[in-house]
Order: sequence, then C-alpha cells, then structure tokens
Amino acid sequence: MTEQNYVLSIFVENRPGVLSRIVGLFSGRGYNIESLSVAETMEPDVSRLTMVTKGDAVIIEQIKKQLNKLINVIKVYDLTGTNYIQKELALIKVHAKSEGRAEILRIVDIFKGKIVDVGQEHYTIEITASKDKMTAILNLLKPMGIKEIVRTGIIALHR
Amino acid sequence: MEFTGAQILMKVLKEEGVDTIFGYPGGAVLDIYHALAQTDIRHILARHEQGAVHAADGYARATGKVGVSIVTSGPGATNAVTGIASANADSIPLVVITGQVPTHLIGNDAFQEVDIVGITRPCTKHNYLVTDINDLAKTIKEAFFIARSGRPGPVLVDIPKNISASKAAYKLPGEIKMRTYNPTYKPNLKQLRKIVDLIKSAKKPLIFSGGGVTISGGSEELTRFVTRTQVPITSSLMGLGAFPGTHPLWLGMPGMHGTYRANMAISNCDFMLAIGVRFDDRVTGKTDVFASNATIVQIDIDPTSIHKNIPVEIPIVGDCKVSLEELNKLLDEEDFNHVKEKRQPWLDDIEKWKSTNPLAYQAGDIIKPQFVIEKLYELTGGKAIITTEVGQNQMWAAQYYHFEKPNHFISSGGLGTMGFGLPAAIGAQVACPDKTVIDIAGDGSIQMNIQEMATAVQYGLPVKVAILNNRYLGMVRQWQELFYERVYSATTLDHNPDFVKLAEAFGAVGLRAQKSSEVEPVLKEALSTKRPVIMDFVTEREENVYPMVPAGAPISQMLLV
Repeated sequence: MTEQNYVLSIFVENRPGVLSRIVGLFSGRGYNIESLSVAETMEPDVSRLTMVTKGDAVIIEQIKKQLNKLINVIKVYDLTGTNYIQKELALIKVHAKSEGRAEILRIVDIFKGKIVDVGQEHYTIEITASKDKMTAILNLLKPMGIKEIVRTGIIALHR
Repeated sequence: MEFTGAQILMKVLKEEGVDTIFGYPGGAVLDIYHALAQTDIRHILARHEQGAVHAADGYARATGKVGVSIVTSGPGATNAVTGIASANADSIPLVVITGQVPTHLIGNDAFQEVDIVGITRPCTKHNYLVTDINDLAKTIKEAFFIARSGRPGPVLVDIPKNISASKAAYKLPGEIKMRTYNPTYKPNLKQLRKIVDLIKSAKKPLIFSGGGVTISGGSEELTRFVTRTQVPITSSLMGLGAFPGTHPLWLGMPGMHGTYRANMAISNCDFMLAIGVRFDDRVTGKTDVFASNATIVQIDIDPTSIHKNIPVEIPIVGDCKVSLEELNKLLDEEDFNHVKEKRQPWLDDIEKWKSTNPLAYQAGDIIKPQFVIEKLYELTGGKAIITTEVGQNQMWAAQYYHFEKPNHFISSGGLGTMGFGLPAAIGAQVACPDKTVIDIAGDGSIQMNIQEMATAVQYGLPVKVAILNNRYLGMVRQWQELFYERVYSATTLDHNPDFVKLAEAFGAVGLRAQKSSEVEPVLKEALSTKRPVIMDFVTEREENVYPMVPAGAPISQMLLV
C-alpha cells in the first residue's frame, strides 16, 4: 500500500501530560510525526493540534482510532482529501550582503513575506505560506545562503 | 467537617464497593495506610509489589470486579509496573494507587521519587497525578469508571504525600460523565443482521471467541448462540471457559499451540464471526493466509482491535454481551433447519480433523506434564480455578484442562508474565474462598514470585501450586531444540531449590511425585489439604508442547507429535 502524508486536526483537553500521551503513542507504536503544532482554542481548556503524519491507509486508520482511544482526546478530524486551508509560518535568516539584497527583497515581495530583522550580513524573513509555496521560496533563497531557519509546521482549517 | 486526603480516598473506595486491597506500605503511603487501618476494608500484604498487583489482577479476573492495589512511591511503584502492564495487555480492570513524594519535591530527584505517571503512560488505560486535594475524590471515582467500563484496563492514580496528609472538605462526587470518553456498547443492528444472513448462506462457518466474551459477561449468550446456530467454535487463550470446553462443537484453542482441528477449521472456513478477540500474532501466524477464504465479521468494544492485524469485511463496534443478546433476539425469527444439509460436508471435515491429529503424548513411568494436568482435571471435576505461569506449563494447562465456565482460567495471555500464577492464585482464592485454586507452574517461573507463598500462609489461603519440574526453562529450551540447533543457552536449571523443603520453610505443605504412579496420590493429598501446598512433579525433561506452528508460519503448517 502506498504511503502518503495525512493532515489531522486533533482537539484535546488542555492539561499537563496530554501532549506527552500523543507523542508517546506515536513513538511507542512506530508512527511518524512529520510536523506538529499546538495551541489553545477559544475555549481555554481545549487545545487544537495540527499534525502531519505519514503512512498507508491501514496505518492511518489505526492512528486515528488510537488517538480517539486516548482519554484526553476530544475529537480527531482527518482533513486529508477535504477542502481545507493550510499555512505554515517560517522565520528565515538569509545571508544578505549589499549585492544580493535587492534580489532577496524581490523574492520576499513576490511571496508576500516581510523582512523583520536586518543585520550587517543578513536579513531575517517572515513568511507565511502553504507547503508548496514554502518549498518554492526556500529553493529560491537557498543559493543566497540560508544561515538559520525555524518553521512552525502547518496549521490547517476546514473551509 | 474536614478529612485528610487519605480518609477521602477511603470514603471513595467504600463508595465504589471495595472490600479488599492488595498492597505494600511505604513512606509515601503512610497516611493512606493509617486511614486504611480505621476502615473494615481487608488488606492483603503481599511480599513484593509485583505480587500485590498480580493478586489484585487475579481477584479481578475471578470476580469481574475492579482489583485494587496500593503501593508506595519510587521502587514500590516501579515494582508494580509489570503487574500493571500484564493487566493492561489482558484488559483487566484495576485501580492502582501509588504514593508520590510531596508536590513541592516533585522534579527534585527526591528520595524514592520516580515519574510513575510518565513510566506507566503506555501501559495503563489512563493515569493521573493528583496535585490538588479538592480533585482527589472525583479523580478516584473517575479511575474506577474508566477501569471497569468499555474495554477495561488498569488505571493508576499517583497521590503525593502532602495530598494524602492535608485536609479538605469531602463532597460525594456525582455520577461520572466524561466529555472525552464514552464507549459504544450497543452495536449497529443493521450490521448484526448481516451476520445472521451470512451464517445462513455460509457453507463452512466458524466462530472465533476471545477474552471479550468473558469480560463482558456474555458467556451464556455465546453458548445460546452457538447451540442455536450449530456453528463450530474455537476460543483464544483468553477466551477459554467462556464456552464449555467439553461441548461437541468446541474445537479447542487455535494458534501456535492450538489444536489441529481448530487451525484447520480457521484455514478452511468461508465465514468467521470473531467476537472479543484481537487477532494476536500467537493466534494468526502468517496473517495473509489466516482465514483467507473467509468473510470475516469482527465484534469488539475497542475500535482499535478491529482491522489492526486482520482485515475484516464487517466491523462491528459494541459490547460482546450486548451484541450476542441482540443476535440471539434476531435468531428467534430464524429457522436453521434447512442449512444443516448444506453444512454437513463441513461438519464431516471437522470430525475428520478431530480424529486425525488429536492432542496426544506418550505415557510411561516417567511423569509426563500433560498427564499431571489430565489427572488434575479428572480429580477436580473441571471445577477448579486454574492460574498459570507462562511457558510450557501455561500451554499444557490450556490444552488439557477443559474449562467449562468463564473466570476459571486465569493466565497472563498478552504480556506473558512469568511469576503471574502464584500471586494471581492468591487473589482468586481471596475472592473465592470456597473454590479450589491451583497454580500450574514451571520450575522456572514459580521462582519469580515464590515469596508470595508467605502471603498465602499468612492469610490461610489454601492455594495449590503444581510445579511441572523439568529443570529447564522449558519453552525457551523447546525453541532452542527446534530452531537453534539444540544449543541450550542459559535454559538449564540445575540448581533449583528443594521445593518440598521450601514449602515447609514457608509453613506450607510440600509434596513430591517422581513417577507416574505417584501423581494421583500426591494430587489427592494436596486437594484434601486445607493449607497452601506446593507439589513438585519431577517430569520428563525434554517434553515439547505440540502441535506447534513456527513463528510467522501459516497456522495450517503445524509441527505435530
């Protein structure tokens, strides 16, 4: 069976140890976590996780059932194949000497990013993008020399 | 009026109907033990925390009630882990209370501190650390609710010393309703309807039942269902006793050490109703050829058990007992007379398999372990509660003792914990003082929790231990013989204690049989003794458990005697 990425949206009780139960489930059963992002919802005692996981259809079915079985999990939604918006935030510190700066600014502009910090030899770019756009901008910036990068992992919402 | 956390704990335990606790005191649970002493709850002092939890487990398996255990922090808690993991693997309801260092010391590497909630997260159904005394009562009540409902399992509650020592007002917690946990008991009736149709159309139907039937209390409903439909049935190790082991439609246990007829029936059936099973690898062997000609329907209360190892055509989430009750109602309107003729060739096949390779061994002067169990079955009329250790002793017990009733075969099936049988027998004997309780043991595994003999003697629990003593770690030796060129690496037990003297040193009765003719007298003497007894049966050294399916092979490929 073919493996693919799945996007799960998981509502959990916002309590100590809950994230550890979820992550422990994945490590204990040998499932993959490609990315994970967590924060509180409008209800302070409920958190929402967006997780990208990889596997074949049988594994993903098990993952969803196992997640639902955890006592602190409220609901698991599989967004894969549905109509949803997904975004990821990245901060990218890119090597920027005077000769390359204009080119970087052009790229950032095309991708609707922002320069949030400027140094003698670098720019720090803030970019919010879908997975495909993120890959595209990283490919364009790579030749300039990416010094550091931090990404949130995707967050996703039903349309 | 205010109560200490320990007193509040006792109030909730009483409220939950707890009459017996298996435990071991220590620094972090001093307040709890102080409060316990002021109640009428019976406390059984084990000699090791693992023994305490297995005893609570044996108590739970014999009664269907929640077993309760209290242990101290740090090593007390880590010693309990094997017991907890064993109960978790077999879906046994336990509430395990662990002491913890005071909240202000948590995370400080304090004396006897361990993160037991972290350690037991993957081997409990759920667990809690209580950090506010006002949450204590509700947490304990929730722990019982989670332990016994749905697919049961162990729940651990970690109580820091300052929580059990400090005071608060006690308010009786109301009915537990949880937003995130609501098991499905009632099956989808449309799906159930399909089962009836499939049973009618199938030429080669088979039922495969498991521990879920026992746990749900659905044994009578299962028997009614089988009797009505006349479909042959096989039961997993955990399912033994939920259907009478002497019934003509029962095929014995399937799998690695299953009967020839059960494995052949699975390999050839065209319809399988799997109920309360999880298709463990010891049952399925090579999964792609397991019941590969069959339409499989699976009923289980735990959705994760369905479609995990074996793909099924019709998944049904629901309680086994409730599902069987509903099925039996549907059967009322059905007539099975006309299917009999169509099914006759299948029943003929099964008859043929029954007689071709039955369970067998060569009897002689040297004691055969199977012979001991056959005699035990005969002398107890099949009515004893049998616990087992793990290994050959467990498999022979499963093969040769024909269990008629649920809750009478108590064995660590999923985790396969050596050292389980004796403490579990103690728990079962506490629960059922009038029953004969026998631990069928090997000379290896009995030594893993032999200290619990002291517990049996202290409380006057007349448990009987039958050691099938082959001076080997027999099951591992069997694998070494068959698959590792007979290199008996670290499996020889040449320095066993004298088990008869050991029994006497504990204040129990020790008996020994060295040849076949001595087996019956020893068993008779043990069974008529109202004290704990260790029987040392000096058996054939290299007897193997057969049939045997090599790991990962199709279950139709059995090594026979």
